[in-house]
Amino acid sequence: MSNAQIEIQLIAALAAMACAIPGVFLVLRKMAMISDAISHSILPGLVVGFFITQDLNSPWLILLAAVTGVLTVVLVEFIQKTRLVKEDTAIGLVFPALFSVGVILIAQNANDVHLDIDAVLLGELAFAPFDRLLVGDIDLGPKSLWVIGCILFMSLSLLILFFKELKMSTFDKGLATSLGFSPLLIHYGLMSVSSVTIVGAFDAVGAVLVVALIIAPAATAYLLTNSLKKMLILSLLFGVFSALVGYWLAHWLDASIAGSMTSVLGILFLLVFMFAPRQGVISAIFKEKQQRKEVSLLIFLLHLQNHEDPLERHINHLQEHINWHRIQAKTVVDLAKKNNLIEIENQVINLSDKGLQFTEEALKYITTNKPTAIEDLKNKFFLFRG
Amino acid sequence: MNITEYFSLLFTDYTLGVITLGTAVLGAVCGMLGSFSVLRRQSLLGDAISHAALPGIALAFLLTGTKQTHFLLLGALISGLLGTFWIKSIVKKTRLKNDTALGLILSLFFGFGMLLLTFIQKLPNANQAGLDKYLFGQAATLMVQDVYVMIGVTGVSLFVLLLFWKELKLLLFDPDYTLTLGFNTRFLDILITGFIVLAIVLGLQTVGVVLMSAMLLAPAAAARQWTNRLSVMIFLAAIFGAFSGVLGTAISASQNNLSTGPVIVLVAAGLVLLSFVFAPQRGLLARRVRFYRNRKELNLRKTLSVMYHIAQNHKDISHPHAIKILNNFHGYTRKTLNKLEEKNWVEIRGNQWSLTAKGYQEAENFYKPNEAIQDI
Repeated sequence: MSNAQIEIQLIAALAAMACAIPGVFLVLRKMAMISDAISHSILPGLVVGFFITQDLNSPWLILLAAVTGVLTVVLVEFIQKTRLVKEDTAIGLVFPALFSVGVILIAQNANDVHLDIDAVLLGELAFAPFDRLLVGDIDLGPKSLWVIGCILFMSLSLLILFFKELKMSTFDKGLATSLGFSPLLIHYGLMSVSSVTIVGAFDAVGAVLVVALIIAPAATAYLLTNSLKKMLILSLLFGVFSALVGYWLAHWLDASIAGSMTSVLGILFLLVFMFAPRQGVISAIFKEKQQRKEVSLLIFLLHLQNHEDPLERHINHLQEHINWHRIQAKTVVDLAKKNNLIEIENQVINLSDKGLQFTEEALKYITTNKPTAIEDLKNKFFLFRG
Repeated sequence: MNITEYFSLLFTDYTLGVITLGTAVLGAVCGMLGSFSVLRRQSLLGDAISHAALPGIALAFLLTGTKQTHFLLLGALISGLLGTFWIKSIVKKTRLKNDTALGLILSLFFGFGMLLLTFIQKLPNANQAGLDKYLFGQAATLMVQDVYVMIGVTGVSLFVLLLFWKELKLLLFDPDYTLTLGFNTRFLDILITGFIVLAIVLGLQTVGVVLMSAMLLAPAAAARQWTNRLSVMIFLAAIFGAFSGVLGTAISASQNNLSTGPVIVLVAAGLVLLSFVFAPQRGLLARRVRFYRNRKELNLRKTLSVMYHIAQNHKDISHPHAIKILNNFHGYTRKTLNKLEEKNWVEIRGNQWSLTAKGYQEAENFYKPNEAIQDI
């Protein structure tokens, strides 16, 4: 590995980590699309800033572009407040317009601006090591490494300082407000950090892919855990993983690094989406099947309790009475027997004592309109689940 | 070439004619179908779909090796539909919310598409140049066959729209009621989403992947401000869309170095801005004027009611009183008093005013709740 390769991977990993932190909160606050809007609409800010500073890594440029990002949020909120259109339409109107302005500015001044459209969409990670920070004659490493490093340091320290406030206002806005945390301050603080991060990462990975770095690690982590801390750590890990694997994938294919980082994130998300233990599609299918069977069982037991007449409780009669297929009826009866909820005598089904107790409690919950409590009941009574 | 030249050449130059017709039809169909996505609060779905179409274009090129628009757009259609269904299944199957699902699919598909595009660029094959026109669109590459396809799709979607007009309208405004009436909302949903994907894919060549969503939203959002009727809105949106398509293409063709997409989007955004400000009922200006008028009217009535209370204490309701006793706090200005006199509610003699019978009646009505509300 050459020095430049290490530097590129380092920049990519830091950019991914810097994006992951605001990403977690944007995903949890259901504001993920705002990052898309910001990442597009900082373009005119970047171009105008470039005219003024003539340096893509100048802190002023980053600040100016970040202000454009926050202004976008304000503009979206203003349009929304006029109630002329809904929130999503407001977002969808603002950012393409601002992005178009940026694209046209670039196209019109193609000779003066060292930004081209490809760089806007893809970033210039591969060239990052060539632009070095020199103090006197000492080479301190690539400029963008410093930029993204500072941004990561800033958001990490803000995260640690305001973790409690962020957590509270994300999960219980009302409580946070009543405890005296200004929701407005936290909102705009988060928006500012997101804007600065997006601008910093924009240089490395481009307008659209920065959105992937923000949303994808957080969304993937959200499917795996219920704890905010774990979610943050997981999304940082996913970010770094995508940076490293993405770099080597791009190296092998001779293609865009940002594109391959995103693709790695995509594959990661797909895997988690399918196989996540509780939130994944496959586990959802199993859960659905189990629930269906258990609901059938519940209906079956209540039916038994409802009918005193042995004729009604005859095994053959049941099949036609509840209108189940033979196989379904058999699985339900088997499940009930396995759980010791029923007894069968001369092909007449009786509820066991345990079954009686179960149905009585279940009925109590149903009649008092607390059907969710039945889940606990199932845990208590069922040795074997469906 | 400047814009006037462009329009004068429009009817003589075959290529320009084709391009203009193409963008006009595209704008119209996007406006028409975009109305549905705006009203169903799915505005950002279009953004996700258009980005999700990119890997389809690249894969279609990799697999077939041709650059024929139809093959590439077929690929875009498939990957756009795939993205749409994945979004829907993420929202349905996991705890992730709509916005996260949209942003995810948008960026992941787009990133994969960019990976493929950069991979294709490095292939030892001279045929690949020009795929990146799908990023920002180049109306100049429109061919007459493309325009035929657009017209065909517009015709079909118009036909389907009219066929299912009642059902779609109901679905827009009250999906639950539609379901309880026994309509197949899932079918209707897939129908309308399918057409939206189709419109987006058609626009990729002209407007590009990145900005296509604005083409869908902007005309519809502008049209929404002018009317409260669905049919009028769709009609207006189609006209706005066609207008921004044609004007945008004209501007971008008359300048060097301008992609069509950004220009069309800016024209459409200009239309939205105009509509926001100047629309007759919902517009910001109209709202301001209404607000101002209401305030004046309220002041007038406030003065009248003060007069009424004074008059109540006298046997003769038209007993004259000094103007001096009225103040700003009562909503009194010289103007309101003149206005009251104009309406024949008071009479002014010198420094004194007196309530007329008509004015007294009017003020009495304020205190009869129903009539007062009707009056206002």
